[in-house]
Amino acid sequence: MSLLEIKEATLKFGGVVAVNNLSLSVEEGEVYAIVGPNGAGKSTVFNLISRFYQPFSGSITFDGQNLLDRAPDQVADLGIARTFQNIELFDHATVLQNLLVGRHRHRKTSLVEELFFAPRVRREEIAHREVVEEVIDFLDLQPYRDKMIAGLPYGVRKVVELGRALATGPKLLLLDEPASGLSVEETQDMRWWIDDIRKQMGITVLMVEHDMGLVSSVSDRVLALADGAKLAEGTPAEVQADPAVIEAYLGVGAV
Amino acid sequence: MRVLFKTSYNDDIRLFPDRWTLAVYAALLALAVLLPVLLDEFYIGEVTNVLIWAIAGLGLMLLTGQTGQVSLGHAAFLAIGCYTNTILIEAGLPFIVAFPLAGVITGVVGAIIAIPALRLHGIYLAIATIALSILADDIIVLLDPWTGGVSGKFPAVITIFGLEIERWTMPVRFYYLVLVVTMICTLFYRNLLRAPLGRAFAAVRDSEISATAMGVHIARTKVKAFGLSCMITGWAGALMGYYAGAFNNETFSLVISITLLMMIVIGGLGSIHGAFFGAVVVAFLPQVLSIAKGAMIGGSVAIPGLETGVFGLILILFILFEPMGLYGRWLKIRTWFELFPFARKDMFRRQKSYLKTERLR
Amino acid sequence: MEVLQLLVSGLANGCVYGLIALGFVLIYKATEAVNFAQGDFMMLGAFVTLGLTNAEHMDLPFWVAAPLAILVMAALGYLLDFFVLRRLFGQSQTAVVILTIALGFVIRFVAGVIWGHEPQTLESPLSIGDINIGGVVLGMADVAVIVVTVLLTLFLFQFFQRTKLGLAMQAASQNQMAAYYMGIPVKRVQGLIWGLSGATAAIAGILFASKGAIDPNAGLLGIKAFAAAVIGGFGSLPGALVGGLIVGVIEPFASRYFAAGYSQIAPYVLLLLVLVFRPNGLFSQVRVKKV
Repeated sequence: MSLLEIKEATLKFGGVVAVNNLSLSVEEGEVYAIVGPNGAGKSTVFNLISRFYQPFSGSITFDGQNLLDRAPDQVADLGIARTFQNIELFDHATVLQNLLVGRHRHRKTSLVEELFFAPRVRREEIAHREVVEEVIDFLDLQPYRDKMIAGLPYGVRKVVELGRALATGPKLLLLDEPASGLSVEETQDMRWWIDDIRKQMGITVLMVEHDMGLVSSVSDRVLALADGAKLAEGTPAEVQADPAVIEAYLGVGAV
Repeated sequence: MRVLFKTSYNDDIRLFPDRWTLAVYAALLALAVLLPVLLDEFYIGEVTNVLIWAIAGLGLMLLTGQTGQVSLGHAAFLAIGCYTNTILIEAGLPFIVAFPLAGVITGVVGAIIAIPALRLHGIYLAIATIALSILADDIIVLLDPWTGGVSGKFPAVITIFGLEIERWTMPVRFYYLVLVVTMICTLFYRNLLRAPLGRAFAAVRDSEISATAMGVHIARTKVKAFGLSCMITGWAGALMGYYAGAFNNETFSLVISITLLMMIVIGGLGSIHGAFFGAVVVAFLPQVLSIAKGAMIGGSVAIPGLETGVFGLILILFILFEPMGLYGRWLKIRTWFELFPFARKDMFRRQKSYLKTERLR
Repeated sequence: MEVLQLLVSGLANGCVYGLIALGFVLIYKATEAVNFAQGDFMMLGAFVTLGLTNAEHMDLPFWVAAPLAILVMAALGYLLDFFVLRRLFGQSQTAVVILTIALGFVIRFVAGVIWGHEPQTLESPLSIGDINIGGVVLGMADVAVIVVTVLLTLFLFQFFQRTKLGLAMQAASQNQMAAYYMGIPVKRVQGLIWGLSGATAAIAGILFASKGAIDPNAGLLGIKAFAAAVIGGFGSLPGALVGGLIVGVIEPFASRYFAAGYSQIAPYVLLLLVLVFRPNGLFSQVRVKKV
């Protein structure tokens, strides 16, 4: 059984069909990339999985459970974490605090315990901190631990967002354009991290990305989208060689 | 400049990051405890006023500074706390039960009111809370049998285990009572900040969308913020009732709500210090102004609107030149001294940001 | 007949609320901020006119004084944006909200110092004479208020829908950065909008003062205009007018048919009801943020 399965999902905004009868399945342990021109509906697929959008028809299941039964804030509880295309961090908090918010779904303490900072709260805080420190080590974020997000460079923010998603302890990681706006070196780092996330942590990765270099080096399977519908699916090489994909990217007559 | 060497994760959790900070706050507490020896009773009354405003400020800070929800109706919750406390004591409960209960009831009422208000963003919430503040005045009049309506009420006598406390005849005892409440509220606030809920508040403030993706239930978190904020505000209201000595429907007016919001902005949004700094300004501004007026044009001339006008002007200057408030200024000065002579002018430069529509939110 | 009389006087009051609400909507449309001092702008506009035209002050003819006051207020709006609000560029709505509240305090204080706190009447040709239509008595001022409000709303509505500047203003509010890239001088456009709303406030003030006395606290009327703007949906000009009329009409009927304690809370109860059940007003235009 696939970890994530989208079946015949359709979503319209007014008259515009953003996702058109799309089916895809992500297997446990793989890196699955979605590529496509701007406006192809890539981020919309993510927003369907995050439950920010409700599909008109179709089904989405994760780990055997119906995702459409869940509210947007319950998606994280199932073990799905994500990053955002335009970085949505908590700007007026430190890197550490941002990552600790990632642990939110694991908290067990009640309001009253937190008001009095009961011993259990302290124990939990330290446990969360240990997980977060591992993420900080993994992503080399030590120099920024106590820095405010608002003052950090773009590339670092991108990494912090990845870290925050990892801190939730996900089974499935959704990366929305992880390399956009990054320098060549930063993209290289991102490539190794994605590889390690899959191999060392055993986390399944679903990503949207424009950088074909990154896509073909880390992903097992690629889905090409155009106008919200599936254009081609297969290994990176297969998809890159697909005439329909080349046409969608370069226009009619380029083949 | 002090350098911290942390050796355990507890170092980041404890209330005071190092011995030096602990010493500073211990000294501050000692000063607060010894204050009645140093000052005469009039000034003790003034300091009490500062502390009461600071408690109210902490209440609103939790909501506005921490969770990002602007309320222009917190005077209504001051009123609920004040009336509830008085009514409970009149019903025969001892102060030590009635007072905490009054705060809790205010918190519950606040949380219930928050449920419909949650769907509102930014200015809509501000406007709804203005309406709330205006309605509170009329509702107090309509509930005449309980509230005494326009003629008002006197706060019930405080007796804690046989010890009587009265604001006018025993200002020192009242001062200590207020000091204890202030410390408890500050401790609650600090505890929240280092616990998951406090971080959830900040998450809701900074990005609702990614807070949701992290598993934070936005509505529930806002209700909690409202409830806790109103609880603290309710306590401040009860103390304000005692401090004023009598109160009616006009005591907790819209102007008080607005003053409270302006106070935390002047103090510095999002910090505990800000509530205290702002309270000092609010409590002492009338005195300073009357002294200045007396020196310039003679004390007997009344200028209506002078206090609010000057207060407004101060606020405008702060928003323009020091949006982080007095606390922000304080941080800059402290950093300058700590780094001397290495402080640079652009260390606190704000990042340029561009407004995007909230209509698409 | 009594019902009709109540209705008509309610409509006239409602138009004043509507005019102030127009000011809110203008600023909101252009900057996504709310000018909480709009009511005080109106008060100031009335006092400026009074200072120009009343016999004990400058004694100018009303028809000279009124346009002059409108110009003065427009200039004030523009300058306010230029010197104060422009510095807040990019800061949150909250900052603007608090700033304009503070501004209201300052304006009230200054008006009190200049013109005193006693209610004063504007010597206006509009405030003389009544019209009797089939037993319903209408003050000249009421007629003037209704006519001017409707015309002004129509004008502004057309302005935003049809003219280049109006469209530029809308664009500037929705995405400052994108508007910049499209060659819209965002800052200047916002200044013009503040000027326009200052002029609207002056018109509202002149009409309000023609209907009765004015004092520095008259700006608190702005709170009722909030109710109007919210009921109409903050982004809609005709909505503001309709909202104003609803609030204006409810008031006289509430005080006629409800007990004393309940009548004055009617507009606010309505406001809260609208906010709870139609959070974006009766004429909403809200979509979901894209990520």
